[in-house]
Parts: sequence; C-alpha cells; structure tokens
Amino acid sequence: MTVAGTSGVRRRSGRNTLLGWSFLLPNFLGFAVLTMVPVVLLFYYAFTTWDIFGGAEWTGLDNARQLVHDAGFWTAMRNTLYYTAFHIPLTLVVSLGLALLLNRRLRGVAFFRTVAFFPYIASIVAVAQVWNMLFSPGYGPIDAVLRAVGVDNPPGWTTSADWSMPAVILVGTWREMGYFMLIFLAGLQTVPGELYEAARVDGAGAWQRLRAVTLPGLRPTMFFVVVLLTVNSFKVLDLILVMTNGGPGQSTLVLAQYVYRKGFEENQFGYASAVSMVLFLLCFLVTVVQFVVNRRREA
Amino acid sequence: MSLLLDATPAVTPRPAQRRRRRSSIGRWAGYLLLAVASVAVLLPFYWMVVSSLKTNNEVFTLPVRWLPARPQWQHYLDIWTRSEMTTWLGNTVLLSVVVTLLQVFTGSFAAYGFAKIRFPGRDLLFLAYLGTLAVPWQSYMIPQFVLLSKLHLTDTRWSIIAIQAFGALGVFLMKQFYESVPDELIDAARIDGMSEFGIYRRIMLPLSTPALASLALITLVNTWNDFLGPLLYLRSSNLWTIQLGLRTFISQYNAEYALIMTGSVLSVLPIVVVFLLGQRYFVEGIATTGLKG
Repeated sequence: MTVAGTSGVRRRSGRNTLLGWSFLLPNFLGFAVLTMVPVVLLFYYAFTTWDIFGGAEWTGLDNARQLVHDAGFWTAMRNTLYYTAFHIPLTLVVSLGLALLLNRRLRGVAFFRTVAFFPYIASIVAVAQVWNMLFSPGYGPIDAVLRAVGVDNPPGWTTSADWSMPAVILVGTWREMGYFMLIFLAGLQTVPGELYEAARVDGAGAWQRLRAVTLPGLRPTMFFVVVLLTVNSFKVLDLILVMTNGGPGQSTLVLAQYVYRKGFEENQFGYASAVSMVLFLLCFLVTVVQFVVNRRREA
Repeated sequence: MSLLLDATPAVTPRPAQRRRRRSSIGRWAGYLLLAVASVAVLLPFYWMVVSSLKTNNEVFTLPVRWLPARPQWQHYLDIWTRSEMTTWLGNTVLLSVVVTLLQVFTGSFAAYGFAKIRFPGRDLLFLAYLGTLAVPWQSYMIPQFVLLSKLHLTDTRWSIIAIQAFGALGVFLMKQFYESVPDELIDAARIDGMSEFGIYRRIMLPLSTPALASLALITLVNTWNDFLGPLLYLRSSNLWTIQLGLRTFISQYNAEYALIMTGSVLSVLPIVVVFLLGQRYFVEGIATTGLKG
C-alpha cells in the first residue's frame, strides 16, 4: 500500500464505513429489529407486570420474588435439568460411537452416514407422532417387543409420570445423534493419521489409541458439541409440546414450555419474560463458563 | 471435509500380518453395530410408511405386522379431500422459498461487508451477531411477539418471514466462506477499478455457489420444519403450514391411525427428497459451521 496522508486515510475509512454498512444494512435492519431489540426488551419486561391489555408496569423485583416461591417454575427447572443430565451424555456417547464406527473402512458406510441424518431433517410433529404410537402402552410395538422378551409389566411411556421423561429423552437423542455424529466426523478428519501409526508402533491397543490419540484430538470438537448440546437441552420445547404437552401431570414440563404457558396461554408477558431471562442467563452462563474452561485448558 | 458422506475414511493400511484375524473380528463387530444402529434409526420411518398403508385396525394388531395384508393406497388420495393438505403444503412451500431467498441474499451481502471491508465497529458488531447464536430463540420469543403484534404483523405470513429470514446463521456461514477467498483476488479487482458491489456480484457470488447452496438448503429445511414460529404467529387456518396443519389433523382424527401416518409421510417426504438431492451441500454447511437456525 502506498503512503497516504492522515486525511486520505480518514477519507478512505469514512468511505469504507459507508460501504461496509451498505452491505450490512439489509440484514442488519431485520436482525436489529427482530433479535437485538427483543433481547434488550426482555431485560426490561422481566421487571414489569403485564397482562395482554394495557402496558408494561415497572414492578422491580416482584417477578423475581414470585419466581422463588413458584412451585411450577421449580418443577420446570428440575425437569429441564433432568432432561439435560441424561440427554447430553447419551447423545455424546451415541454420536461419538457412530462417528468412530463410520470413520472406518466398512461397506455401506456412505449409505449409513446419510441415513443417520434422517431423524434430524424430519418434521418434529411427524416423528413425535410416530414415536407416541410406537410407545403406546398395551398395543404399541415397543411394549409388544418388551413383553415378547419377558418383561411382564412394560412401562407406560408417555402416559406414565415416571417414564414420560425417559421417553422424551430417547426421542430427543434419536433425533439429534445424526447431527452430532456429523460434527464428530468432521472433527475426526482433523486428527493426524501419523499419530495413530506412531501409537500402533508403540504397541497401543484400540482402547489406548482412543484414549491417547482420538479423544485429545477431538477436544475442540468436544467442547463445541457440549456447548451446543447444553443449549439445545435448555431450550427444548417443540418436542415436548407435540409429544407430551408437559404431562402427564407436570412430569415433562420444562423451562421453555413454562415460558410458553405463562406468556401465550396465560398472557402474563411480564412474568413470562422473567422466566425467559432465567433461561437466557442459564444458556449464556453455560456458554461463557465452558468457553473460559476450554481456553484455560488450551493455554 | 467436502465429501464427508461419500468419502472413504482415512484409515492407513495395517502392515502386520498377524493383525489380520483380529481386525476381521473387529470388522464383523462393526457390521453388527452398524446393522443395529440402522434398524434403530430407520425403524420409526419404516413403521410410519407401513402404517400409512394399513387399515386402522391393522396398525396396532399384535403381534406386530411388518407388512400390510393389503396395501391401502387410497389413503394417499383420501387425505387430500379430508384435510387442507393442499393449502398447508402451498403455504409451507411459499414461506420456505421466500425465507430462503431473503436469507441467502441478505446473509451473503452482509457477510461480504463483514469479511472483506474494514471499518470501525465491524468486529464488535459481528460479536453481537455471534452472541445471539448462543442465545436460544425461546428466551426472547415473548418480547419479539409483543413487538410484532405492535407492528400488526401477527397472524400474517410476514411474521414468519420476518422472524426466519434475518438470522445470524446466514451471515456466519457465508463469512466463514468469504474469508477463505484470498484478499489478493479482491485487491486486484479493486485496482482494476471494479466497485465493491461489482466484486460481490461478479466475483464472490459465482465463487460461493457451493456455500450459497449449503445455506439455502439448511434454511429451507429449517423453515419447512419450523413448528414453534407458526404455532405462535399463525392463527388463521388458511395461513397454516404443514406442521401446524398436521398437528391439528392429528387431534381431529385421533383414531384414524393410518391416515395420520399418511399425513406424516407427506410432511416428511418432500424434505427427504430435497435432502437427498442436495445432501453434499447440506452436510458441508453443517460441518463447517456446526450451526443450525
């Protein structure tokens, strides 16, 4: 670049600002109005009381105080953590296992890589309905198979308060495993092949190679997957709405659904915003903490 | 990474003879696992298709019938007269196409600004875009709804277009790609006197066809399958998408198991076909960004 006077630089940077913004503008307008403004508004509404008529009325920490004593909120929180605690490890193990299996030279690998993705692209209403039918107690194929292998009293799945959450977790895992398998497969391509050779020369078995080469090599991918899985678990809503609608009882009521209930079914926009803020902060916190931990480990 | 689904995996040949036997055991174990996994993934889809061809009584007969006694193809004709399938599919196609076009255009346009033009505040702004990717829509759907209802956009198609078309996903995905295009190429074009818009249109767009295809496919699938957006915003049944329509149909005809499965097949089929046609781009987009809408 040639030497330019400060005024020239300033002129160029002014021109660039204009140019840059002209490219951003069409997208930015939509993004600002429909994402940034709502996120900011959320932090205001959370401190207001607001039913569908009239406007938001500032009530300070009233919503927070109400939250602390709201049994429904705590049930939703517990259920969300329940979902998270099982969905993450299950999906991690299954999708990593699939990725390792499909990273080998086996016939039919390409076909299966494609197929594993189907649950992820299929409409949630359709797959939830199919699973509900598969799970139906008494007549459903799953219970029929269980009875055939000697389980006398198969679970009632989505109709039983104890089994509804496991059923939802199973379907959630089935739906997402192909997606995370793909991310792991992409990660596996970045692990250098020479490392495996070196490990083999050193006499490392398959298990040792997995522990000493594959898993450390997958660290950045693993970090990314865990963050995504956590946020995905905190925000689970559509699957619950169509499979169990939170029931039976409140056995599958989760945080995001509590927001939906308070906001769109009971029209308490202020209080629903307070619950949303908890959801927002949880996701934000998890991402930041995992980011920091990952940074420190890399350093 | 480009051919993730079809590429032969990078396994180095094993030199030692004595490993052959162990490796062939491993191979069989691999096939066995693969078979089990295939069944677990595909069985619900198989059951869905087979049930759509059964009579209602047959759907739940025990022991499970894996093939219908006589395939009931007429379900695939009946469903068009017994539901608003035509309206729902039409609405879904319309919304998916409009959202995809807008997302691809505004996303790639903004991505060029982010990737190739230096100006103050750019990086901070991009951070704001990135930040919203870590924040679920479920956490700000309430204020967004309030805002759109103040703009009198609820219960119109515009609401879905508005909430779907300007996501950060498109910007992020396209920026990743544009950054891989060498700056020298663009500088050369600038020296030749090409305007920035010319560079975007005549150089970047043609170069980024695969990335644009990825973005288009991911957006299309997301919009087609979106359930929550339409659930919140579309009240009038003439605006419903296939997801909303199907859910209502299910509760309306809750004993017509076979017909419900027919509707389910019809809601999944178009997107599976689109996916199979463009899976390479779809997979590439997800592998490079690891993100969804």
